[in-house]
Amino acid sequence: MATMPDEPSVRLASRQAPPFAGPPGPVTSRSEHPVRVEEDLMEARHAVRAAALAVDLGLVDQTRVVTAASELVRNAYIHGGGGVLVIEQLSRKGGRGIRLTVSDDGPGIPDLDAALDDGFSTGAGLGHGLGGARRLMHEFDVECPPGGGTTVRVTRWAPG
Amino acid sequence: MTGVRRATGVPILRLGDVLVTGLLEELDDRSATAFLDELTERITAEGAKGVLIDISRLTIIDSFVARTLSELTTTARLLGTRVIVAGMRPPVAITLVELGLRLDGVETALTAERGMAALGWFRTASSQEVGHGDHAG
Ligand SMILES: Nc1ncnc2c1ncn2[C@@H]1O[C@H](COP(=O)(O)OP(=O)(O)OP(=O)(O)O)[C@@H](O)[C@H]1O
Ligand SMILES: [Mg+2]
Repeated sequence: MATMPDEPSVRLASRQAPPFAGPPGPVTSRSEHPVRVEEDLMEARHAVRAAALAVDLGLVDQTRVVTAASELVRNAYIHGGGGVLVIEQLSRKGGRGIRLTVSDDGPGIPDLDAALDDGFSTGAGLGHGLGGARRLMHEFDVECPPGGGTTVRVTRWAPG
Repeated sequence: MTGVRRATGVPILRLGDVLVTGLLEELDDRSATAFLDELTERITAEGAKGVLIDISRLTIIDSFVARTLSELTTTARLLGTRVIVAGMRPPVAITLVELGLRLDGVETALTAERGMAALGWFRTASSQEVGHGDHAG
């Protein structure tokens, strides 16, 4: 740690390339959902399902996005002590998409590489949530500023 | 009403020495844990030899539900009971694989009927489809 240069945040590039390049288009709809109590996990899933439907994602993609959301929101609730989910519907040339931003003010993730490994868990979990969410989405990015907190942003595009 | 679980609303029925139950569209963490506890209790109370869980209505399995199903299967096995999870929807199966959860050790069946057949239950001869070479498993 002491040998690492100071960086404003830890960033992680997308694992999978999006179906096609190009700047993300405008946000057509945005909603915010608190992740404070256990019931919020369900509410968040329902809101994500509705947004995935609204941008015309197919059934398999809806399932992917809702499952990824469930993992990230639960992580914010359990590891981050609660946070907020922002759902954005996106539109760009060639297709629509959905972007989820889950942030909390918890302790952050000290070792992102380890956290992304399947089977790594500091809790009672199976340790597939974070790495799994990364595989289920087209774009994946984590920020843990030095002051604490975690923000995970994921995007999935409807097939053109 | 006897046998109706408050947590998920699907009754646990007993057919001989087999318990039959199912899950609804979705399951929150608390209900998943309640389901595990109640089913384990019923297995012991009824001395069930097998359990069939129909998940054909379940639209999402995340890591928590996956872990619950794995734990249930392991617990039941330690008690000497065989659990079969039947009817997983294809999008759910695809997502589970991508999530990296293969439900190792959890026995599955394409449909509840096939699951029941694997547990020793067969449709009566009056059924049109019997005898068409349809093998369980
Ligand atoms: N929002 C967060 N804040 C702090 N630490 C986190 C956060 N999200 C993930 N982590 C850390 O990364 C690890 C891996 O997360 P991951 O979701 O993959 O597994 P898990 O939550 O432990 O188990 P599960 O398979 O049930 O999700 C966690 O154990 C935790 O240490
Ligand atoms: Mg997790």
